[in-house]
Amino acid sequence: MAFVPNIQAFCCHYTAQQSCAEGQGGLPADGFPANVTINRLACGGKLEVTMLLKAFENGADGVYMVGCPTDKCHNLMGSQRAAKRVAAVKKALAELGVEPERAAMFHLERGLHPEFVQAAQQMQETITALGPSPFKGGAQ
Amino acid sequence: MIIAERKPLNEIIEMVKDAKRILVLGCRGCVTVCSAGGEREVEILASCIRLGKMKAGEPCEVIEATLVRQCDKEYVDAIDQWDGQYDAIVSMACGVGVNFIANLRPCDKVYPAVNTTAFGGSAEQGVWSEQCAGCGNCVLHLTGGLCPVARCAKSLMNGPCGGSVNGRCEIHKDVPCIWQSIYDRLERTGKGADMNRIAPIRDWSTAGHGGPRKTVRNDLTV
Repeated sequence: MAFVPNIQAFCCHYTAQQSCAEGQGGLPADGFPANVTINRLACGGKLEVTMLLKAFENGADGVYMVGCPTDKCHNLMGSQRAAKRVAAVKKALAELGVEPERAAMFHLERGLHPEFVQAAQQMQETITALGPSPFKGGAQ
Repeated sequence: MIIAERKPLNEIIEMVKDAKRILVLGCRGCVTVCSAGGEREVEILASCIRLGKMKAGEPCEVIEATLVRQCDKEYVDAIDQWDGQYDAIVSMACGVGVNFIANLRPCDKVYPAVNTTAFGGSAEQGVWSEQCAGCGNCVLHLTGGLCPVARCAKSLMNGPCGGSVNGRCEIHKDVPCIWQSIYDRLERTGKGADMNRIAPIRDWSTAGHGGPRKTVRNDLTV
């Protein structure tokens, strides 16, 4: 059976507006992968390192954060903070002997943009190529 | 405060490779302030230990807790509440906390999750710098409040040395020559003549060279 990765997307409220605007059916129609789960945050600055680590504990094969461009955060520093926390998770993954590419940060413009869907597709491609998370099922 | 930083994850996971139930114990003192071993760091390390064990196919239970301090018996005794629930303690406190747990709980396995680095302060957000060496014989009244023991690469008592160039230390251009700073500061405060004083040979026995140090306050002992 083909591997369908469990991908958890963490999105700033402002950059994830597309998901609200298009409703439940809209995003899949645009090509947003069904296996990518969106977790909306009030701001990228609300992202915690443990949110991403716990996503892996709960079975995610890959995680990513979508935040505003670094110089356009509604709350000034939120997306910069999010990027640092994603970097911390990438470092932790590397220390644990797991591909750091399983965590990613995207800085996207707010509102309705195809890049929001493209980010999900890109993660889908990366994680599918990497295969299931090494945290599942014991020693590889 | 005491500055510390977390050890590499694989080093910590190696320490607890035989443990199936782990108590990750933070401290609300200095290591919380320098973001090395407070509540948030406990949560992160616990998650990383679980992930490391999951990867190795050895799931484990991790208890997360943070004590008020790990350098006081009354708080370390709070570990009693988890008696029988852990095989090993991973302390995120400074080395003092790890020692206190080892002193007070002779049969427990306790491991350090951080490297204790220095006595220092927060130079800017996310940056901590050493300010004091805890040498036990303070000379700050002679040096304008700036410590040559901790902040001079050679701990000179009669600097600056020949490696001082444009106010910078020869070990790195980002390190100020503290003796240049001492000189400038004494001049500014009208104490420049203090630089001409001959520093006597220093007695380093208070700096740990005379064995572990102990402070006794008879007015406080019971």
